[in-house]
Amino acid sequence: MSDTAVTGAVANARRQTVEYRDAINFGPQHPAAHGVLRLILEMDGEVVERADPHIGLLHRGTEKLIEYKSYLQANPYFDRLDYVSPMSEEHAYVLAVERLAGIAVPERALWIRTLFDEITRVLNHLLNVTTYALDVGAITPSLWGFEEREKLMEFYEAASGARLHANYYRPGGVNRDLPAGLEERIAAWAETFPNFIDDLEELLTGNRIWKQRTVDIGVMSAEQALAWGFSGPCIRASGVPWDLRRAQPYAMYGRVQFQVPVGRNGDCFDRYLVRVVEMRESVKIIKQCLAQMKPGPVKSLDHKFTPPLRSEMKRSMEALIHHFKLFTEGFHVPPGATYAAVETPKGEFGVYLVADGTNRPYRCKIRPTGFAHLQAIEVMAKRHMLADAVAIIGSIDIVFGEIDR
Amino acid sequence: MADATDLALAAPALADLVAGVPGIHSASVEFGQVVARTTRDSLLAVMRTLRDDPRLAFEQMMDLCGVDWPERAERFDVVYNLLSVSLNQRVRVIVTTDAGTPVPSVHGIWPVATWWEREAWDLFGIVFSGQPDLRRILTDYGFEGHPLRKDFPLSGYVQVRYDEDRKQVVNEPVTLTQDFRNFDFLSPWEAITSLPGDEKAFTARLDARKEAKP
Repeated sequence: MSDTAVTGAVANARRQTVEYRDAINFGPQHPAAHGVLRLILEMDGEVVERADPHIGLLHRGTEKLIEYKSYLQANPYFDRLDYVSPMSEEHAYVLAVERLAGIAVPERALWIRTLFDEITRVLNHLLNVTTYALDVGAITPSLWGFEEREKLMEFYEAASGARLHANYYRPGGVNRDLPAGLEERIAAWAETFPNFIDDLEELLTGNRIWKQRTVDIGVMSAEQALAWGFSGPCIRASGVPWDLRRAQPYAMYGRVQFQVPVGRNGDCFDRYLVRVVEMRESVKIIKQCLAQMKPGPVKSLDHKFTPPLRSEMKRSMEALIHHFKLFTEGFHVPPGATYAAVETPKGEFGVYLVADGTNRPYRCKIRPTGFAHLQAIEVMAKRHMLADAVAIIGSIDIVFGEIDR
Repeated sequence: MADATDLALAAPALADLVAGVPGIHSASVEFGQVVARTTRDSLLAVMRTLRDDPRLAFEQMMDLCGVDWPERAERFDVVYNLLSVSLNQRVRVIVTTDAGTPVPSVHGIWPVATWWEREAWDLFGIVFSGQPDLRRILTDYGFEGHPLRKDFPLSGYVQVRYDEDRKQVVNEPVTLTQDFRNFDFLSPWEAITSLPGDEKAFTARLDARKEAKP
């Protein structure tokens, strides 16, 4: 371009006001979209005017499929919802079934559930905090965090046989007892893990760039957070001291001591801080679980709901019949409806289960946590820069397996 | 049961309180949870009272979902699960509707309702009046039908694939390489919980189950 043309263009630009508003597609193939989020951003230059998330790209019809499965067969679907915190999701479902069918759960099973809920919480927060950092440009945390996650997934594997899709919690207890030595391994890990959190915090908490990207970004006031249906770390970051483990204790949460961290500003940085403190609290709960657990049965002895021992089946005709009936027909749940909610790492995950007296759920509504959080991106991202939208998506901890169902 | 024991204790008192809200037909306690029923016409007033009355203070709407009962005249239940963070209590509000009659939208009370209502529209075809953004949400662009209705088949009507020749995604009628199998393991012996003339045995079994709970 010649010199005169350049000066001409500059002069033109000065003279006219450019009305520049355009919509861009963020995702569904964007690495910072945490899966298959298609976010349509109406931009005013670099500033987001309106964010319209399109979801459902990972919709698998889980709720419909569950209506065609027996109560036991429906259980593994819950691992596949939020695949970052599988056992917590199972917990909501088994609570709903147990409440409707009136199944009593032995104490050791409740301790194991509490223990693994907290392992799951660490597992989830490790992934969220580190990939969130990755989204805003810090690579090291994710490299370190994935190594720690690997250790936790080994515990998963030892207990359930699978690293991710555990299918470990069952109506009436857990599938099987912890293998010998696992409790000691978890205890040893719990001793060293706080050092890892220190290392992680050294990378991020005081980091100038990290703070520039997250402080005062995506602020939700307490009133907004309530109205938009927030729960879990997101509502606590906004200053609402609300934790289902404390307020409506399930499993053995009534018998362990822990702190509920609460933020003050409701911005992306506070959501990060709340998660980090929660990991430390989880380690405390894990230690208390290990100290208080006693040997005993891990599932209900009512074999209408739980399978009998293999050794019993070789001797007892009744045990054999129970086994056969349980794994073909399944058990019947009396008519009724209940809403069971648990504090998963992301927040309140609920199952609204309607039973009609047969061996299949009549309706199983899954209340995904991230659904409400993602909807609020419309208010959180408004008038923020495009790069801040990425930080906000990272901070609300969304997983599409659960949002799209 | 170990979970939510405190809630279960407070439930009858809350049910009485909720039953006193004008517009609520009935409020009962089911499995330790308060369930209230109301009509479409009084829904908005009821919801506003539930949120704003300081004794109720349901600041959060955690969930909205539909349930399909095709044999009923008004086939859909619309279920609202509300939560009070300040008073630590939950209530479930149920209204009924049919495929044509709209339910007033509560997005003005809880903005979070928009997506839940879009979901209920998408999956059940429940219409919400006053909802400005009633687009589909979970199903594909251009999807037809409401998949969570009981008369919608599990395998659906169309399947999607990428056509190499036409270089585009095409929708075709579903063809199953293997017949759709719906295993019915329901044995008549367990399914009949109370035989005619044998009701006593059934109630005795239920009582025994209740006592077995810790």
